[in-house]
Order: sequence, then structure tokens, then C-alpha cells
Amino acid sequence: MTVQELIGRLGLELKNNGCVEAAINGCYASDMLSDVLANGKEGNIWITRQTHPNVVAVAAIKGLSGIIVTGGRQIEAETLEKAASECIPVMSTPLQTYDMVGMVYNLLLKNEER
Amino acid sequence: MASSGKFGRIRPLTVMAQGDKKEGLDGKTGGQDIYFPLNGGDFSDAGAGSKSLRSELAALGVPAQVIRRAAICAFEAEINVIIHAVAGSLHYLIEGETLTITVTDMGPGIADIGLAMKEGYTTAPDWAREFGWGSGMGLPNIKKNADALVIDSVPGEGTTLEITINLASPSNARQE
Ligand SMILES: Nc1ncnc2c1ncn2[C@@H]1O[C@H](COP(=O)(O)OP(=O)(O)O)[C@@H](O)[C@H]1O
Ligand SMILES: [Mg+2]
Repeated sequence: MTVQELIGRLGLELKNNGCVEAAINGCYASDMLSDVLANGKEGNIWITRQTHPNVVAVAAIKGLSGIIVTGGRQIEAETLEKAASECIPVMSTPLQTYDMVGMVYNLLLKNEER
Repeated sequence: MASSGKFGRIRPLTVMAQGDKKEGLDGKTGGQDIYFPLNGGDFSDAGAGSKSLRSELAALGVPAQVIRRAAICAFEAEINVIIHAVAGSLHYLIEGETLTITVTDMGPGIADIGLAMKEGYTTAPDWAREFGWGSGMGLPNIKKNADALVIDSVPGEGTTLEITINLASPSNARQE
């Protein structure tokens, strides 16, 4: 599944010019940045409530496929610009983390079963 | 603040413009030393050093997983200066197949390095936690991803991390 497909299936709002053709191979959900640096995997989509520019460095270093910000939180313009320059799509959902994780989990599972 | 810690003199803070390059520093030759200043409490320069390092290593054709390990070390060390210290700098030196990342700051220093290395130990203030830092995993992340880590710290004076990465051996990767 690509980021573009995920956006369509879950009704996410794409907030910047990221690379939406990137393939998603799994998901990591965490609000602690060192935890993502330690345990996130290349190609994972990252679900978080963090919105400041440090998330871009984390996603870029780990080669994550994108960032989904939950709870409809306002995302700093600098974060969106930096992410676009690193080709990382940043998406927004009004859902809280628990619900978003559940939806992504089910979608990726179904996708595997096909 | 030249002072003698466990490993001798703590490098004095060198004030240079971001990204300044200096050839053959510290008596070494052939390498390129690149400096990035860091200020306590100020995230605006966070990641500048690790980002520059990523692109330099990519240009040299270093394998992606080695670049990732080096960038994790550099970024966690940068963040530690910003969160825990007054001011400092990151510089890195690529000499042949060896990368040395040196991150040095002007204090407060670490009283018990063994305790600081424990996963989950943190003295991070609330403002850092709000930004998602302060899980007490930074130094353990550096240790896990470096081929060698030397921490030299004098309470009241400052801390220097010297991180070594062997650029030629992806098989040394501590993380898949
Ligand atoms: N440059 C530094 N100067 C002073 N203290 C530091 C420095 N780096 C780390 N420490 C101390 O070591 C602890 C653990 O660091 P770390 O593992 O990176 O976790 P965290 O930064 O999340 O607290 C910090 O909470 C702090 O007490
Ligand atoms: Mg830290």
C-alpha cells in the first residue's frame, strides 16, 4: 500500500508536498522521539501527536514513509516545509491516536491478506 | 574551560559559523572538520549537524544503514546539548573509513555517567517532554548505534561525547 492509497482509504488530509508514492510496510505509533529513533523501521508510517520540526529529522533519519498527526492538531508551518524538502508526507486526522492506529492496523492487515 | 577530566583535556568550545569547514584540525590531516553550534533551550539548530552528516555520507556512497546509525548518534547528542546544557557544538570528521562525531558543551556536566547511560533515566525538564524528548533513551541509542563511545564529563564544566563509526562495515550494524 502506498501513502496515496492510505490517504484515500482513511480520509486523511495531506498537509504538504510529500512523496505520496512511497510504500508503507508497517506502522509505528509513539509520541517519544527517541523511541521512534530506536524502534521505528524504514518504510513505517508514523502516528503521533507531535508536530514540531524535530519530527521531520526523526522521520528522515529512519526513512519513514510518512507522518500522521492525530487529534486535528495544528502543525507548524516549519514542520510542513522541512518535511516537504525531505520528501516526507505529513497528514492530519481529527481522530485520536487509538482510533487511527486501529484503522491503519486493519487496513494494512487486509492488504496483506489479499 | 580547559580542564582535566577522565580522558584529559575537555576541548574548548570553538566558536565558528554553522557549517564552517576546517582542514586537518587537531593535528590530523586529510580529513574535514565541520562545526555546528548548539544553544541550550533552542531547537532552531537541532538536527543541522546530523542533516549535514547524512548528506555528506550519502555523497560518499556510505551504506544507508551506516548513515542511519551515524545520524541517530549525532541527532541524539545534539538534542542532549539543547535540552540539558547551556551551549555547545557538534563537529564531525571523516578520515578514510572512520567517522568521528564530537559533541561538546559548557555544562552542567554529568555527575554519574553510569546512571545517565541507564535506559529510562532522565532529568529532562517538562518543556522538553512536551516536545517528545526525555524518555531517557538518548545515550542508550547512541551507545547501541556507535562502534565506540567515549564520554568525558566534569560536573560544573561540561561534557564531551566522542562517537566513532566505522563507515566500511555495515555488518557491524547494531540495528537492522
Ligand atoms: N550533554 C549533557 N549535559 C548534561 N547532562 C546530560 C547531557 N546528556 C545527557 N545528560 C544527562 O543524562 C540523562 C540521560 O540522557 P539521555 O539518555 O539522552 O535521556 P534524555 O535526554 O531523554 O533525558 C539526561 O536526562 C541528563 O540528566
Ligand atoms: Mg537525550
